[in-house]
Amino acid sequence: MQGMTFIVKTATRLLVGIIFLFGVYITFYGHLTPGGGFAGGIILACGFILLTLAFGKDMALGKLSDFWASLLDNVGALAFWSIAFFGYTAGYFFMNFIEKSQPFGLMSSGTILFSNIAIGVKVFASIFAVFLALTIFGRFVSGLVNAEDEE
Amino acid sequence: MLFLFYSLLVFCIIGSIIAIEARNILASVISTGVVGMGLSIMFLFLGAPDIAIVQVVVEIIVLIILIRSTVSIDNTAITGHRDTFAILSSLIFFGLFLVFGFMAFRGLPPFGEPLMTISSQYLQNSVNDTGASNVIMGILLDYRAYDTLGEATVIFTAILGSFVVLRIRGKKKKEEADKVRVGIPISKELEASKKPEEVVG
Repeated sequence: MQGMTFIVKTATRLLVGIIFLFGVYITFYGHLTPGGGFAGGIILACGFILLTLAFGKDMALGKLSDFWASLLDNVGALAFWSIAFFGYTAGYFFMNFIEKSQPFGLMSSGTILFSNIAIGVKVFASIFAVFLALTIFGRFVSGLVNAEDEE
Repeated sequence: MLFLFYSLLVFCIIGSIIAIEARNILASVISTGVVGMGLSIMFLFLGAPDIAIVQVVVEIIVLIILIRSTVSIDNTAITGHRDTFAILSSLIFFGLFLVFGFMAFRGLPPFGEPLMTISSQYLQNSVNDTGASNVIMGILLDYRAYDTLGEATVIFTAILGSFVVLRIRGKKKKEEADKVRVGIPISKELEASKKPEEVVG
């Protein structure tokens, strides 16, 4: 049996959804309450790391493999750059080109929400990828290489 | 208030001294976390919940990654003699840093009263300019979005580099030899003595 004990698995099953919800909330409401894309992304990555530690590497890699993690990292970076370049449609670089609604609403601040989402995706994927690279690549690499050589 | 800050500062310093002096690497990693937690409480009392959240979350994730990746590694304690020149020069530079820091911090406004004109401009106009009710996000992603872009690019490059370096299992197949030889050129005798299989492997 991979992963940790039954107690840890049950607690993780209860907690991980709330952790993901909190990360998404912090990311989406970064322009209204304390938080932002960076903190939200790291909380999401914390949730995935908790899954990896509790259920073993197979389950976490099945949810989000290292290839998809690095792809999401690139997608987040490209999205942030493209938000910056879309500012040229209204005037200059990083122009806040989306019309603002009244304050204290979710869409009240134009591009800030989308920049937060892009940064959140980028940080989440990159921190999880670094965790994978530091733990799984080094730890299980001999078994993986041997299995590939035999094929 | 000031007493709280000084006690937290002493707490952080004691934690870092324990982290340096501890023999067990796991205890050392855990006591490094004291610094981050104390800093996050300080930020919270200074009225900066954004930085406090980021600080505590990054501290937790760094602790997890460090523990996960260092626990399996063998303990390595350096037992050789200490270099006196290095200690002496670092002490001298630390003293110089303290002197210049004292001289520089005397010119700053007193603690807790940052009555600069630019910050009051931001506080007055940011809701109308950016629409974000969290002024910090308005500054980070609207007024000073260039900074955030550079920051994101730095993180991206660092992650890319670490991902390349840490990937022991290469993406190339084993049979595929390198077309261009990179690195330090080896002498011809060495190259002739090496068998081709060893070079490829």
